Amino acid sequence: MGRFNQSKAPIYDALVEFRQNRIVPFDVPGHKRGRGNPELVELLGQQCVGIDVNSMKPLDNLCHPVSVIREAEEMAAEAFGAAYAFLMVGGTTSSVQSMVFSTCKKGDKIILPRNVHRSVINALVVNGAAPIYVDPEMDRRLGIALGMKVTQVEKAIRENPDAVAVLVNNPTYYGICSDLKSIVKLAHAHGMKVLADEAHGTHFYFGESMPLSAMAAGADMSAVSMHKSGGSLTQSSFLLTGPNMNPGYVRQIINLTQTTSASYLLLASLDISRRNLALRGKEEFAKVTALAEYAREEINKIGGYYAYTADLINGDSIYDFDRTKLTVNTLGVGLAGIEVYDLLRDEYDIQTELGDIANILAYISIGDRERDIERLVSAMSEIKRKYGGDGAGMFTQEYIDPRVAVSPQDAFYAEKESLPLAQTKGRVCGEFVMCYPPGIPILAPGEEITEEILDYIRYAKEKGCSMTGPEDAAIERLNVLREVWA
Amino acid sequence: MELWFSEPHTPDVKLSIRVDKQLYSGQSEFQRIDVFESKEFGRFLTLDGFLMLTEKDEFIYHEMITHVPMAVHPNVKKALVIGAGDGGVIRELTRYSDIERIDMVEIDELVVEVCKKYLPRTACRLEDERVSIYYEDGLRFIRSKENEYDLIIVDSTDPFGPGEGLFTKEFYGNCYKALREDGIMVNQHESPFYEADATACKRAHKRIVESFPISRVYQVHIPTYPSGHWLFGFASKKYHPIHDLHGAAWKLLGIDTRYYTPKLHQGSFYLPAYVEDLLRSVEGRNQ
Repeated sequence: MGRFNQSKAPIYDALVEFRQNRIVPFDVPGHKRGRGNPELVELLGQQCVGIDVNSMKPLDNLCHPVSVIREAEEMAAEAFGAAYAFLMVGGTTSSVQSMVFSTCKKGDKIILPRNVHRSVINALVVNGAAPIYVDPEMDRRLGIALGMKVTQVEKAIRENPDAVAVLVNNPTYYGICSDLKSIVKLAHAHGMKVLADEAHGTHFYFGESMPLSAMAAGADMSAVSMHKSGGSLTQSSFLLTGPNMNPGYVRQIINLTQTTSASYLLLASLDISRRNLALRGKEEFAKVTALAEYAREEINKIGGYYAYTADLINGDSIYDFDRTKLTVNTLGVGLAGIEVYDLLRDEYDIQTELGDIANILAYISIGDRERDIERLVSAMSEIKRKYGGDGAGMFTQEYIDPRVAVSPQDAFYAEKESLPLAQTKGRVCGEFVMCYPPGIPILAPGEEITEEILDYIRYAKEKGCSMTGPEDAAIERLNVLREVWA
Repeated sequence: MELWFSEPHTPDVKLSIRVDKQLYSGQSEFQRIDVFESKEFGRFLTLDGFLMLTEKDEFIYHEMITHVPMAVHPNVKKALVIGAGDGGVIRELTRYSDIERIDMVEIDELVVEVCKKYLPRTACRLEDERVSIYYEDGLRFIRSKENEYDLIIVDSTDPFGPGEGLFTKEFYGNCYKALREDGIMVNQHESPFYEADATACKRAHKRIVESFPISRVYQVHIPTYPSGHWLFGFASKKYHPIHDLHGAAWKLLGIDTRYYTPKLHQGSFYLPAYVEDLLRSVEGRNQ
C-alpha cells in the first residue's frame, strides 16, 4: 500500500463541495455557471457547465498547486510509479514539449527516432535544439517504421557524445516498443536524460503482461496521454518525472507556455480517470486485451488482412508489442490502409483511428463492446469481398531516411520561397508535410526534399490521405529555403 | 389495484396495457427480460421495456415474416433464422415438411429459456429435430457462411441495444454472401410512421438496396407496435416477391393461417404513397 488512498479524487471532491456551497460568482468565466449562455447549457448540460470554473482558493491553482491539485498530482505520481506527476491541460503535445524544454537548450543535441510525433519537432523549432535522428528499422512488408535498435542508439551516442537527451516512443502509434531499459542504461551511462513519448502507453502502467512503462524502465520524463487509453477528456494529459528531475524547475518550464486558466473539466477528468485505473485498471485492460486478441484472430481468419500479433517481437527493433493495439495491414486484400479506412467510415459507419498507406489502426479501449468488434470484423470481411483485389502495385514504403540540412528552428525562420511541388527536388524544406493521423512528418523543416519523398507525397495524396502541414493546404506547392544548401 | 405496463412510442406518445400479473423478470448479460399476463393481449414479452410480442397479435408478425418468402421460393431446404428467441418464426417454418434444416441464432440464451417456460404458444417447436440453436452474435455467426442458405429470416429487435448489429450494411452484405444464388432474405424493417422509426427504416432500406439486386418492402398491421403500421423487407437475389409468387401451390400445402393469404401477400407490397416516397428517397439509381 502506498501513502495515498487511491480511491480518493481530491479535485473531484473539491468540485462537489464547491457546488454544494453555492458560491456567488463575481469572477470568470463570464457565463457564470451557464446562466449567461443557455445554448451552451443545452449543448453540454448544467452538470458540466456548472463546474467550468476558475482557479480559487478551495480549488487550488494549476500554475502553483498547494492543495487539492497538488494532492491529485502526488496521487497520480504514486499510481504511475513516478517521482512526480504534472496534470496537463494542453494535450500530450504540451507534455512532450515540456520534456524537451526541461532537458535541452538552444543548440543542444537530442537523439531521437525520426518517426516521432510532430509535437517533438515543433518543440525543436521553438527552442532551437538540434535533432540527431536514429533511423528506425523499417518493416517493408508492413510498411511501418519500427523501434530503435539499441546498437543504433549506441552508435548515435558514440558519434554525438555531447548530446543531452534521448527520446523514445513507448510504444509507436502502431504499438511497437524499443528496448527501453537498455536504452536508459546506455544513456544514463553517458550522462544523457531519457524522455519517453508514451502518448500511447498509459495502460502500460496498470495492465498486466504489458510492455515495460517508462518510469519502471528508469526514464527521466514521460508524456502520458491519459485521454487516449486512460479514459479522461480529450486534451488532458500527464507529464511524469523520475527521481533525477527537479520538479520545481519542470513546473517553471511548464508555466512558460501553459494557460493560467486551466479547465477544471479536464483536471477533474484526470483525477477521476487516475482513480479508476488505480482501482480497476488491471481488470479493465485485461478486458481490452481480450477484445483486441479476439478481433485479431477473427480478422486474420478472413484472409488477406494481417492483424499484427506478438509474433512480430524480434528482441530488438520490435522489443515488445502492445497487445491492446489492433493494427491491420491491408495490402494483402489489394487496398491501401487509407482506402479501407475511408470505406469503413463512408460505407459502414465505422470510424477507425488512422489509415496510412499500408495499415489501419482500430483503437480498442475501455469503452469498447463485443458487438462493436463484431461489426468491425464483419465490415472488413465485406470490404474484402466487395472491393478487394490481388494487391499488385501497392506501395509499401512509409519511412524515408531524412537528410537534415539545417536545424528545424533555423529552417522554420529562414527566408523562404514557394515552389510547385515538382520543382522542389534538392531544396531544403521550410515546413512540415505529414499525413494526419498519425501525424509523423514525411518532411520536417530543415530536411532536404528528394525524388523519393515527392513520389511518396504524390502517392499518399492520390490514395486520399489527409495531408497537413504546409501553408498551401492543397500541397501543390511547398515553401523551401531561398538559400540553396545542397 | 391498477397495474399498467407502458411503453413510450415516441417521447410524446405511449401505449399502455393493463397488467394482471407479472410472470417473470430477469436480467441477462444483454438485456432485461419481462413477461406479463394481461386480460386484453394475454401474455406478453418485453426486452429492456420494449414490447416484443403479445399472445394476441403475434400471429400477424410471425405469419407474415415467414409465409411471404416461403410462398415465393419454390424449394427452401435450409433456412437460417436470426434473433427470434421467442420461437414464433420457428413454429411457422416447421409447418413446411420440405425444409430439411433450420439454424437459429439467438444472442441471448435466457430469452429462449424464458419463452419456453412462459410463452409455450410461440416457443412450441424449438425441439423439432430439424432445428439447431446457436447462442451467439448473429453478425459473428454469419460471417463465415457462404452459399449455404435458401432463406434467411432476420427477426431482430430494434436498431439499438443488442440487435443493432443486425441493421448494418456489413450484416446485410454477409447475408447476401451466405445465401445461395436464388436465396431470399426477409427482415423486420421498422415502421414508416413516427420519425425515429422512419429514420431507422430508411437507413435499413438504403443498406439492403445496396446489398441485393431485388429489394422490396411490404406492410402489416400489428396493433401493439408503434403506430400499428409495420414493415418487412424482402431482399432477394433472383425471385420477385409478386411475379414469382406460387399462390396456388402454396394453398395446396394446406397450411392454416389467420392473417396470411396469397392475395394479401400481393396486396401487402402495395404501399401508401408517403411510404413509397420515403423508400424511394434512399434507393438511388439502383432500382
